Amino acid sequence: MNSDTNPILSLALTFGVMSLFAVGGANAAIPEMHRLAVDVQHWMTDKQFADVFAISQLSPGPNVLIVTLIGYSVAGVAGALVATLAMCGPTAVLAYCVSRLLTRSSHSRWPAIIQAALVPLSIGLMGASGLVLALTADRSWAGALVTAVAAVLAFATRLNPLWLLLAGGCLGFAGVI
Amino acid sequence: MMPPDSPPVAVPAPDIAGLAPSTPPGLVALFVAFAKMSLAGFGGVLVWARRGIVDQHRWMTADEFNETFALCHFLPGPNVVNLSVVFGSRFRGIPGGLAAFAGLLGPPVVIVTVLAALYARYGEIDALRRILAGVSCAAVGLLISALFRMMMPLIKRRDLIGLVIMATVFVAIGLLRLPLPAVLLVATPLSIAIAFFIRRRATS
Repeated sequence: MNSDTNPILSLALTFGVMSLFAVGGANAAIPEMHRLAVDVQHWMTDKQFADVFAISQLSPGPNVLIVTLIGYSVAGVAGALVATLAMCGPTAVLAYCVSRLLTRSSHSRWPAIIQAALVPLSIGLMGASGLVLALTADRSWAGALVTAVAAVLAFATRLNPLWLLLAGGCLGFAGVI
Repeated sequence: MMPPDSPPVAVPAPDIAGLAPSTPPGLVALFVAFAKMSLAGFGGVLVWARRGIVDQHRWMTADEFNETFALCHFLPGPNVVNLSVVFGSRFRGIPGGLAAFAGLLGPPVVIVTVLAALYARYGEIDALRRILAGVSCAAVGLLISALFRMMMPLIKRRDLIGLVIMATVFVAIGLLRLPLPAVLLVATPLSIAIAFFIRRRATS
């Protein structure tokens, strides 16, 4: 909230707390990351957030590594490591504990019920991610068109997503967007 | 080609006779296997995790994998990271969980940190800005396609209640920009209660 606190500490707190609410994976948490990083903490601009998302999609590894990039821009290598561990550590411990509990207790029907209940929630969150990112990334009609075409191609074909990202990069380089 | 971090719905992987592993993996094997899946995974590791664990190493059957993933999907946090810990610890206890976690995150974190440093240094170069602008437009498109893939089962089932819950969360987070914890603290119990009553009516 205020800028005079230690940035490493606020990275750890922000992502550590947020991860516990990140139902439906990293992409569903993007609006919350955007809200915290851009609007609340003022770590980066809208444009930087869109860039960081693009870089995280271009690089290998889980989608959650967008927090590594946010962490780096706040506090360098230490920030990158702290943000990643804060985002992944607490929930990993939780997952370990719950899986131990569940393998001991017999098959209950609660996991199925909770999962069925969470599916629409996480799709709604992903939809919000799409909107937030489209508003930051698509600055022109050409950009919005590229987004729409990429969405249709990725939905309707089995094309490797990397080609679509590269095509977008080429169009951007050519100054179309 | 697959929604990133989504449950493996309607993708019946070739389940070879259903019988899983020969030998349980050691710590080094866990680290290496997860590092490979992670580095292969552009735009989502799940597809590669399934391929590695079920098809290639036969450490789990397709059903066991789906169950493990379902567990990791309904817990908060990055799904594939949760999966690595649950999977590794199932074979080798806490050290196994740590080995899989480190394999999944270590190598890509190094790569991403290098990219972050390059961006911090050269991010203002005009050509790079234009390229990234183009890439992010396409990347948003990929996310939207993953979203529609996840929505298809709800639409096919004509799951009206599910679609209403989905739309409400979308409006609350995407349009009204309400804080995530507040929205989830209200929406999660409600949604679970609805799912519970629907099941009970369906079974009784």
